Amino acid sequence: MFTALLIEQLLNGLQLGVMLFLMAAGLTLIFGVMGLINLAHGSLYMIGAFACAVVASATGSFWLGLIASLAAAAGVGALIEVAVIRRLYDRDHLDQVLATFALILILSEGARWLFGSFPLYLDIPKLLQGAVPLPGGGQYQLYRLAIIAVGIVVAVGLYLLISRTRLGMRIRAGESDREMIAALGVDISTLYTVVFALGAALAGLAGALVGALQSVQVGMGEPVLILAFVVIVIGGIGSIKGALIGAVIVGVVDTMGRFLLPSLLALTMPAAQATTIGAALASMLIYVVMALILAFRPSGLFAAQS
Amino acid sequence: MTRETAINLLLAALLLALPLIAAGMGEPFYVTLATRVVVLALAAVGLNLALGLGGLLSFGHAAFFGLGGYAAGILATHAFNAEPLFAGIPGTTSMPLIWLVAIAVAGLVALPIGAISLRTTGVYFIMITLAFAQMIYYFAISWPAYGGEDGLSIYVRNSFPGLNTAQPLPYFLICFVVLMAALLAFRLIEGSRFGSALQAARQNGVRLAAVGIPPFKVRLVAFVLSAMITGLAGALYADLNRFVGPSMLSWHMSGELMVLIILGGKGRLFGPVAGAMIFVCLEYVLGGITERWQFFLGLILLGIVLFARGGFLGLLSGKPRHV
Repeated sequence: MFTALLIEQLLNGLQLGVMLFLMAAGLTLIFGVMGLINLAHGSLYMIGAFACAVVASATGSFWLGLIASLAAAAGVGALIEVAVIRRLYDRDHLDQVLATFALILILSEGARWLFGSFPLYLDIPKLLQGAVPLPGGGQYQLYRLAIIAVGIVVAVGLYLLISRTRLGMRIRAGESDREMIAALGVDISTLYTVVFALGAALAGLAGALVGALQSVQVGMGEPVLILAFVVIVIGGIGSIKGALIGAVIVGVVDTMGRFLLPSLLALTMPAAQATTIGAALASMLIYVVMALILAFRPSGLFAAQS
Repeated sequence: MTRETAINLLLAALLLALPLIAAGMGEPFYVTLATRVVVLALAAVGLNLALGLGGLLSFGHAAFFGLGGYAAGILATHAFNAEPLFAGIPGTTSMPLIWLVAIAVAGLVALPIGAISLRTTGVYFIMITLAFAQMIYYFAISWPAYGGEDGLSIYVRNSFPGLNTAQPLPYFLICFVVLMAALLAFRLIEGSRFGSALQAARQNGVRLAAVGIPPFKVRLVAFVLSAMITGLAGALYADLNRFVGPSMLSWHMSGELMVLIILGGKGRLFGPVAGAMIFVCLEYVLGGITERWQFFLGLILLGIVLFARGGFLGLLSGKPRHV
């Protein structure tokens, strides 16, 4: 029984990690290419979830909702890139933090205006309902497995996009020398809009996928955003590979910490106390891991060259 | 007297006069509003030391603000319930004592956070300070002994020798005096040898190291001092609201403190004061007009960041003294 539970928790950790990867990949790409720190990335996640929930409940199809979430997040992403973000590339990080903080206020309050304060609910699509048996006698939600699969597909897709396509070549060139590729005739501002919209679409996809597991509500992006920051700090800002590994580390450490710490502490102290202390410590665990990693590698595990 | 000094004096006079008038007219609400301005300004003065003078973009100062608040809340709760804190040490309701504890706690926590975070620079520093603040936030939420998610109420406002702190006006005056003392300290630090080193560290750490002053140490001391001032503000804030909860530790709070500084003018002595006055007024006025005030606050903030660099004091008093 314990093995089944352990495998289940490991898969949960992996699923959280994959979801964080979708967020962190966009963040780290935007930072790597444009040098921009985007706090409003969590809002794009929220927009994806809302778009999916609204379209899915209007049409009855989760899949249309998923497409809508990609389109809405990418569209809003491109819009705010053109209207606001574009003006921030030459500014210092403080201005970027504050402007994107302002965007969070606008987008969160705007979403509350449009959709109200009550959470929306999104059903898991029929195709992915049900559970799969686990070795050791447990069961695991098919939908969560599907999220893990989506994450793997996206990771491979991003790798191919960046290493094998013309767009990817330009993105890499933009990372190393933006003036040079502009001089070579690449339309740099369109490239930036495309990269921002791509990152936004990934965040929207993450929001839509998670929306079916949790409720869809204003502010849902913020805890995820901060976890995604931890991920890219651990992985090394600007590195997609770092984002993937960092995301899996954070997802698994967080989930396993919550699962194992209370029972480990119960060996040395009364059960009630162990549950409380264990839960409190588990909520801090990933930050401790981050601090440890940074104490030895101040620029993360896979720091980008620049 | 430069134009900026004149504006500073005017702001200080306004901040003192308005609540006195409001109290005279029997409008305690506005006195409390002014106290909120003063306490938020104090917290931002702390952050301004790190951010404005030292160029350290701490996105985690809510941690120190909240720790100061929890120091006040926890000591008062223990005194109220007459339970010893630990090892027979009783709680207290004396503000000066609480302030010392708040300052000490904030400083002691800032030391390791600063020591780890300052190994990094730029965006890493922003995110790491944010992550440490979140760590403390989640700890406060999941630790049930002091209210957990619900926070702690302070049933009776803590006491100050010789004053009735339950009245809004005496409490405002206490906070005002503390703010003025902090501004004086900020000015003294800015003008001291240490202040020069700190500003040099912001401008060019390598050059500072080349003249034999380690930038890391200078920054760390600044970070800790900055946390101490913000921690003190946290204790005052908890007493103002008679409540301390995890929201004081949340990253929105860190963001707000940064916003105050930018609204007023980064690195300027009275920047946080001007920023807090504008912010609280906006919050109050917009909040009175529409339920969706945060939407418009965001728009205004965005406009200021994009188009009015240098903040309020920058607009009024021309070029900053430092670049």
